[in-house]
Amino acid sequence: MSGLYQALSGALRLGHPAALATTVEGPRVGATLLVRPGADPIGSLGDDELDRVVSRDALAALAVGRTGIRHYGPHGEARQEGVTVFVDAFAPPPRMVIFGAVDFTAALVRVAVLLGYRVTVCDPRSAFATPHRFPQANEVVVEWPERHLERVGAGLGPRDAVCVLTHDPKFDVPAIVAALRTGVGYLGAMGSRRTHARRLEALHALGVTDRDLERLMAPIGLDLGARTPEETAVAIAAEVIARGAGRPVPGLRDRSGPIH
Amino acid sequence: MRELLDDIDRWRGEGRRVALCRVVDLEGSGPRLPGAAMAVSDRGEVSGSVSGGCVEGAVVEEALAMLQGDQGARMVRYGISDDDAFAVGLTCGGTIHLLVAPLDW
Repeated sequence: MSGLYQALSGALRLGHPAALATTVEGPRVGATLLVRPGADPIGSLGDDELDRVVSRDALAALAVGRTGIRHYGPHGEARQEGVTVFVDAFAPPPRMVIFGAVDFTAALVRVAVLLGYRVTVCDPRSAFATPHRFPQANEVVVEWPERHLERVGAGLGPRDAVCVLTHDPKFDVPAIVAALRTGVGYLGAMGSRRTHARRLEALHALGVTDRDLERLMAPIGLDLGARTPEETAVAIAAEVIARGAGRPVPGLRDRSGPIH
Repeated sequence: MRELLDDIDRWRGEGRRVALCRVVDLEGSGPRLPGAAMAVSDRGEVSGSVSGGCVEGAVVEEALAMLQGDQGARMVRYGISDDDAFAVGLTCGGTIHLLVAPLDW
């Protein structure tokens, strides 16, 4: 007992990032090393240089949430065999920021929580953005979308999602512009084709390019024939999954004709 | 792994020894991704899962044999044949590689 398990379970319970590296092939199968950003590693795979290289690689794997095996030479040499290490990356949950506190939002919060997202609902209208209406959201924020993204946008990465459900150009155009400045992996906006055509004009007028807009999934969601808020939430979540996995599943954006 | 912590803590608090069984690699398709984990106490209590239910029984036996024999960590491999997969409603035909190891750290 080296305190490694205590450190790992503490990090997992608090949602702090941690990576557990374990030798699965080589001289010391089962040897374990715990790596956390900003903290000293705990444990050892049995060789100082191997520990150093694996620590570095485990932190990189953690940043992108990639769990899997890696091959090394006995002292951590790249492009050699002899030691296989399983790196289990416990990244903090991905984030979903939903702009617009509408009925569709409540359903999307539930589906996003099911998928393991940490969910923020943001709307500048205090009458709508209440924890009471979105009990499953981790956070309900009364704030203008662009202001919110000024605060948290730098922390959004490839595993995260921004869904703009406001349906109102006054809110969603600035929200989209602000979201395009972040590194968020998924960006979608709700609205009929007519709404979206008007929104595109407004975005172009603000200097947003067609190339920027390739990132924007609008109308949001896969073409499942969804009608209810719950069905729409599933169509949106399905598109988030497909985009994250790099699968070329056609969405509503890629079709013409009515959405429902 | 996160979902196993309460059970592992309770077992260790009761002085039980615990084996940790983790999917570390897949060939072809498999029901659970690398990182899927199952814990087994030396009394045969089980938490979590490493597949869609097709290999758990065999893994528990492997884990208990390891704990009872005081053996070290080992890799085990299960091919999920198309027939077996069909029997439990899965559509995979892959192989999963598991590390079965005493949780002695």
